[in-house]
Amino acid sequence: MILDFLEVLVNAGFWAATIRIACPLLLATLGELICERAGVLNLGIEGIMSIGAMVGWTTVYMGADLSTGVLAAALVGASFGLLHAGFTVYLGASQHVTGIGITLFASSIGYFAFRLLLPSSTTPPKITAFQPLDIPILSDLPFLGEALFEHTAFTYLAFLAVPFVLWLMNRTPFGLAVKVAGENPMALEAQGIDVLGVRTLAVMIGSALMALGGAYLTMSAFDAFYFGMVNGRGWIAVALVIFASWRPSKALLGALLFAGLDAYQVRAQQLAGAVIPYQFFLMLPYLLSIVAMVAAAKSTQYPKALLIPFRRGERH
Amino acid sequence: MVPLLEVLKIRKSFGSHVANRDITFTVNSGEVLAILGENGAGKTTLMNIIFGHYLADGGVVRCCGQELKRGDPRAAIEAGIGMVHQHFTLAENLTVLENTLIGTQSLWKPMLSTANAKQKLVTLADQFGLDINPDAYVHQMSVGEKQRLEILKTLINDCRLLILDEPTASLTPQEAVGLFKSIHKMVSSGLGVIIISHKLNEIMQVSDRIIVLRAGEIVGTVNTADASKRQLGEMIVGQKINRPVRRSSRMFDPKIKLENICTRKTNLHAAGLKNINLAVRGGEIMGVVGVAGNGQRSLAEVMSGHIKPTSGNVIIKGVLALKYTPMSFMEAGVAYIPEDRTNDGVVGDMSVWENAVLTETKNTALVDRMTIVRTPQCRSTAEHICITNDVRFQSINQPARLLSGGNIQKLLIGRWFARSPEIIIACQPSRGLDEGAIGAVHQSLLAARGRGGGCGADF
Repeated sequence: MILDFLEVLVNAGFWAATIRIACPLLLATLGELICERAGVLNLGIEGIMSIGAMVGWTTVYMGADLSTGVLAAALVGASFGLLHAGFTVYLGASQHVTGIGITLFASSIGYFAFRLLLPSSTTPPKITAFQPLDIPILSDLPFLGEALFEHTAFTYLAFLAVPFVLWLMNRTPFGLAVKVAGENPMALEAQGIDVLGVRTLAVMIGSALMALGGAYLTMSAFDAFYFGMVNGRGWIAVALVIFASWRPSKALLGALLFAGLDAYQVRAQQLAGAVIPYQFFLMLPYLLSIVAMVAAAKSTQYPKALLIPFRRGERH
Repeated sequence: MVPLLEVLKIRKSFGSHVANRDITFTVNSGEVLAILGENGAGKTTLMNIIFGHYLADGGVVRCCGQELKRGDPRAAIEAGIGMVHQHFTLAENLTVLENTLIGTQSLWKPMLSTANAKQKLVTLADQFGLDINPDAYVHQMSVGEKQRLEILKTLINDCRLLILDEPTASLTPQEAVGLFKSIHKMVSSGLGVIIISHKLNEIMQVSDRIIVLRAGEIVGTVNTADASKRQLGEMIVGQKINRPVRRSSRMFDPKIKLENICTRKTNLHAAGLKNINLAVRGGEIMGVVGVAGNGQRSLAEVMSGHIKPTSGNVIIKGVLALKYTPMSFMEAGVAYIPEDRTNDGVVGDMSVWENAVLTETKNTALVDRMTIVRTPQCRSTAEHICITNDVRFQSINQPARLLSGGNIQKLLIGRWFARSPEIIIACQPSRGLDEGAIGAVHQSLLAARGRGGGCGADF
């Protein structure tokens, strides 16, 4: 019995599923991470993922090719990021309230537009989603081939986002400005850099990544769109950012850990479904995430100016 | 010769409050100009206008003969002006090198170049005696190091005129001496320096020329060589300074006694107490001196009930203290004026009047039996406290954090003295205050002594 539970871990299908489940989480976590490093909490994440999922899918359904769909999702995500930044960065509104508002607005208007475009369909129509790539030699490797090299182009794109964000945050002057905007905006202001502009751009880039996380669900993991398909992944990403101590490489670790737990619980349900209620396994990834968060969050250095709006020429 | 900086007829008001009124002066390269004035005289506002943080209502700033674009720090930096703010503008979770790189390169460059910058940083640090480790994280550094970093940030941008706003406010005397040495090196290499301060001694030591600002106006310009401290002090305040005179007073029985008090170390940097015995009598002011971090904080906290000693007794007015809570000590007649007045003394985002009655949660004249605050009574009590203690504000509803340090301290003292305390523990009560405010604080403490209260004060 116990051996059965361990056997799951040497199953290539389990590892492939882990990678698949990690992708939307990874993109969303990296997106949230960029926003928060700039000092802006973006709780619009759940809605932005949702509208990204809808726009990406619809663009392809209307006849565009897959890469255009990906681009469209990113652009819509960036526009909702601009909306969020308009309220929180320029008007100094509460980041919590604005974020929840964006989530409700984006997910509702996304579904509303979907129903307008496809009023009569009861079963969700399908598109031809991203297909697994067949990489010569690598895909034919035993075990590793199935676990790592039979994925879609979108999956590889999601993992390439990690070096992209690492480069952006740690190697470019813009990334440095983003980090300073989240630490001590006066330090930017004192160098004559537009704090509000830097924050806004960071929120837009972050939101574009979130929307890509949503689009992954409808364009790679699955081939249809339905209401509520993001299903709390945005909130998990917000928690993963803290788990990652606002570091992109740790965000990768966190996303893989959570995805692994999720992939494992599905298989564990099948093995022990008769003895233990399946709800117990559904709960496991969340429970273990909380434990991991508590362990990791103790030592974190959070961005000092997170949640604090910046106004020019005001006495501080 | 064209002066390095020309300031012509700068005017600025905040609402009805005039912060700067027709300010005109020049700075040449190779000179240190000091701007002296009380808290709230408009010194920082003036610098913020020159550097472009604020838009002036009128007037012109010229750098090397070129008119500066108004309200644009970038333009000021490019013209060669560098400013070290009173509150550091550093990103704590980044390294020294990263902090110096901010703003030195176009935001749209795909790659941050660090090698040259590091070389330049090390060279400049060496040249001006600003010792620093480029790879250290800012949150690990001391206040002195942070200030050296701030100066280096301006030098990296090739600044020709350096503005230092209250540079010694949080430095130890040794660190201040180091800073002055660096300033001399910078001036002899041709930089101009503006230093803002209200500390006369330092200004006399480091500057070449002094401008005195009072209530937003220049009241005089003198060469440091011709100036006397007394004359400057009177120019700053606008009247003769009367430091209160201490006369001998009658002593009474001990108000508070510590017997063999020991405490735990509060953290890595501050020592605990070991077998402390002392007694403060009524009518007496006891001074406690020593280098910071040697137990002063623990002593003050034991005497005010904030921490419980591991052994020993505290006896207040002949009664052994059993409960160590701030409330029980307050009720026994202890007043505690903390060292960090802005963080531990007032709640910055609450209004002046709320802060003025913050200690009165059990006063039935201000809070009724259902623990509902009687707002009108609270406001009038607060107004009374502010008037009798000369706390100056624009509105009693404004957040306390907008008050100057001196006014916050007068508010704190007024709040405690309204309770007629018998034991006053005042930690660094005059630190960072200007001459006028120091006089007021000392006067209050002496008056309390005259009424027969005991005082433990860390000066």
